[in-house]
Amino acid sequence: MSKDPIHLNVDNISLSFGGTQALMNVSFEVERGEILAIIGPNGAGKTSTLNCISGFYRPDRGSISYEGQDITKTPTHKIARLGIARTFQNIALYTGLSTLDNLMAARHVQMRSGMLACMLYWGFAHREDIEHRRVVEEIIDFLEIEHIRKAVVGALPHGLRKRVELGRALALEPNLLLLDEPMTGMNLEEKEDMARFILDIHELKNTTIVLIEHDMGLVMDIADRIVVLDFGSKIAEGAPEEIRNNPAVIQAYLGQEY
Amino acid sequence: MAIQRPAGEFDYSYAYDMSTIRQRWQWALLLLFLAALYTLPLYASQSIVSLVNRIGISIIAVQGLNLLTGYTGQISIGQAAFMTVGGYISALLVNSLGWPFPAALLAAALGAGVIGLLFGLPSLRVKGFYLTMATLAAQFIIPWFTRQAFPEVLNGAQGVNVNVPVMFGVEFNEPGKYIYLTLTILIVTTTVAHNVSRSRLGRAFVAIRDNDLAAELLGVSLFKYKLQAFFLAAVYAGVSGSLMAHSLRHINSETFNLVDSVILLGMLVVGGLGTNLGAIFGATVVELIIEGATLSAPFFVKLFPATAAGMIQALRPLFFGFTLMLFLIFEPRGLAHRWQLFKAAWRLRPFSH
Repeated sequence: MSKDPIHLNVDNISLSFGGTQALMNVSFEVERGEILAIIGPNGAGKTSTLNCISGFYRPDRGSISYEGQDITKTPTHKIARLGIARTFQNIALYTGLSTLDNLMAARHVQMRSGMLACMLYWGFAHREDIEHRRVVEEIIDFLEIEHIRKAVVGALPHGLRKRVELGRALALEPNLLLLDEPMTGMNLEEKEDMARFILDIHELKNTTIVLIEHDMGLVMDIADRIVVLDFGSKIAEGAPEEIRNNPAVIQAYLGQEY
Repeated sequence: MAIQRPAGEFDYSYAYDMSTIRQRWQWALLLLFLAALYTLPLYASQSIVSLVNRIGISIIAVQGLNLLTGYTGQISIGQAAFMTVGGYISALLVNSLGWPFPAALLAAALGAGVIGLLFGLPSLRVKGFYLTMATLAAQFIIPWFTRQAFPEVLNGAQGVNVNVPVMFGVEFNEPGKYIYLTLTILIVTTTVAHNVSRSRLGRAFVAIRDNDLAAELLGVSLFKYKLQAFFLAAVYAGVSGSLMAHSLRHINSETFNLVDSVILLGMLVVGGLGTNLGAIFGATVVELIIEGATLSAPFFVKLFPATAAGMIQALRPLFFGFTLMLFLIFEPRGLAHRWQLFKAAWRLRPFSH
């Protein structure tokens, strides 16, 4: 691992869909071990940015590098192998599997058993399953979802599903965690729980976290730095208190006074 | 639905929690059931034995389809085409080259698997309905190939006669003997299907089925695992086709046709997609219903003017279609789901929940 404090470097990326310019020359850096929040009004390009980082979209121009390595053209399924995990705005769990199996499925990149080992099962695949089960159970303990360990996630309430999804991302043991609106549709108590989990992850594992969130009070509380997007461009970047008083940000959210 | 453990039974280790057969009496029941199947020729009539034989062979094909359609979510109506491939390969190897049956069976499995891989390639580009159409291509190309190509070997539309398998000096020339072959292979295929579904491979399959975008972002290579699913499904079809060909002692391009592919898919729906139990339940029930059509034909002949053979031809799709329709309306998750509900209710009795 390099000692470079810059963990992820998003360099001047642009992305358009047909005639719609989703991102225009967006650049920012994510430092190792920080919590960076991306905020902005609806349609500002927050999720598109995250999708570019996780390899789901390819930026038309510009590049993204992670740990000094250019990942702009890395195949999507190899991004996870580099230690980048994410959650989704609209929960994207494996609905037919139990909580436990969702997390086990996320251990995919850490596991080795190939087709033959899986067909035989006893021996290598079985041992490996147990070994990874231990890790998964720790995450289940950490997120306090023991009671739904064997429940099929399709039937769980929204708040718990969000938590399972966070667990699934954690099961990858990521160095960089991308959270796309982890607290949408939650009540205050659930939001506070989620904030606690995020801070705990950050503290215990020193995971770098990039977070998209609409709840400003919460963002101001937990983020080290904030990037503000509006209409696909970055309009501000800085510590929470700077952002709070930035006229461009206030204008983007509240409009201009004439 | 969370898993209901019987009262007083606790998971004391991860291995025990993950095990399928948990208690001694379950082992005993399983062995008893297998013993009953293996001794079937001793006490059951020839027609029943041959029916069980047919059910066993169908189960193998449905298990393969279940891995592809049930677990990986890639709907295929080409399974019977891969049975044709397996049937022909094993027939030719045993007949012309004099290979021993086990080697021919293995070659049939792998050969069908490779062809399946080939027809699985479109799955990387197209999804859902369009992929189903692409698998349909297998169902047209492969029978056409057997009719048109290498007429001196494949014998065109006539097809080829298949030798009876001989192993350890035993000729498996009647259902009473053949059933041992079918059952033994069925035990292997069931075990393998179960192992695949509960391990890393199976979880990758379900990940692709339930959310292919998330699966890819979480490190599952869609390319690799979709192809593995197609390969495994075709391997199962190859085994099933080989067994069927050697049991019928003849194979031509129409032995396994489009209707069979659809029936295999129907079996899976009746049994329950994405469960190993479903493949077994579905194939058994649908085969029994189709047998019911044959048995009830004499009765219907009294009601409607038709020949017995014509009536059987008419009743089979009718019975199958009606069953499928009822299941789609009343139990779209199949018999396996019904069985789960029944088990849960049994364990909770006398309480309702």
